[in-house]
Amino acid sequence: MKFGVVQFPGSNCDWDAFHVLRNVLNQETVMLWHKDHDLQGVDGVVLPGGFSYGDYLRSGAIARFSPLMREVKAFAKRGGHVLGICNGFQVLLEMGLLPGAMLRNRNLKFLCQHVHIRVENARTAFTRAGQKGQVLRIPIAHFEGNYYAPPRTRAELIRKHQVVFRYCDATGAVTEEANVNGSLDAIAGIVNEAGNVMGLMPHPERASEALLGSTDGRVIFESLIASFARRKTGSGGKPKGRR
Amino acid sequence: MKVRVLVSFKDSVLDPQGQTVTNALHTLGYAAVRDVRQGKVFDIALENLTKIEAQALVPEIARKVLANPIIEKFDWQFIEET
Repeated sequence: MKFGVVQFPGSNCDWDAFHVLRNVLNQETVMLWHKDHDLQGVDGVVLPGGFSYGDYLRSGAIARFSPLMREVKAFAKRGGHVLGICNGFQVLLEMGLLPGAMLRNRNLKFLCQHVHIRVENARTAFTRAGQKGQVLRIPIAHFEGNYYAPPRTRAELIRKHQVVFRYCDATGAVTEEANVNGSLDAIAGIVNEAGNVMGLMPHPERASEALLGSTDGRVIFESLIASFARRKTGSGGKPKGRR
Repeated sequence: MKVRVLVSFKDSVLDPQGQTVTNALHTLGYAAVRDVRQGKVFDIALENLTKIEAQALVPEIARKVLANPIIEKFDWQFIEET
């Protein structure tokens, strides 16, 4: 599978994602500059973490106007897989590829710590290598990860099984305390209705090597690679996104 | 021509920064302060368009860029040139 990692001015997890995809998972990976107009034939796009455009205006608000993002939007509309991590998730929300918005963390602190997240839907292209209820230990590093959606959007997300990850404790219990940033329904990651675009606040690329203390993040990349292999060979398997 | 756009959180959205400012003011003894909502101000200089055109343009850019309509609302007005 060929991955493209998008670089915005202010991205700072771009090379981490690149390293994991190319050196840990042995996938062909290219960097995509935000001013380019060409996705270089990639099969999957990663919008990395960081502070694109300095978080000016709102986190992720300016990145959507980059020329390359027009291509990314079209790619997503064609069913291409797009993964937004942290700031990448914020960009997907601002672009309207995912529903909802981000607010400042409830405690107004920049949170940089390991958290646990529970797989709520293992039938997506991003989680099919995992199990429903599986608990992953992955770090977060953000100021604006307090997910918000208006009541109608929230109901739709739940009804269509679009909530992919929730913050939980080490045992998998979703508690008020484990929901460190105050997200609505402890939401840590969601997928779009079509099942090909996912955003999450935790950083799976920082939890993909034993040396870094956790390899739990790999399941997301491995799921994507498995989904792509399935699609390519045309074999069946679990449906994407919805049940 | 100049306009001022004010962006703030919708009433239904929690504003933790505004709450923190409220708490700080209470700590200082300003008991009359009931609530603070924090927002952003954009002063925009416009040229080569009429007031009528500005009335269409300003809400458009506020909706598209300056505010995120999911969580924010905006208000705007013409302001005096300084």
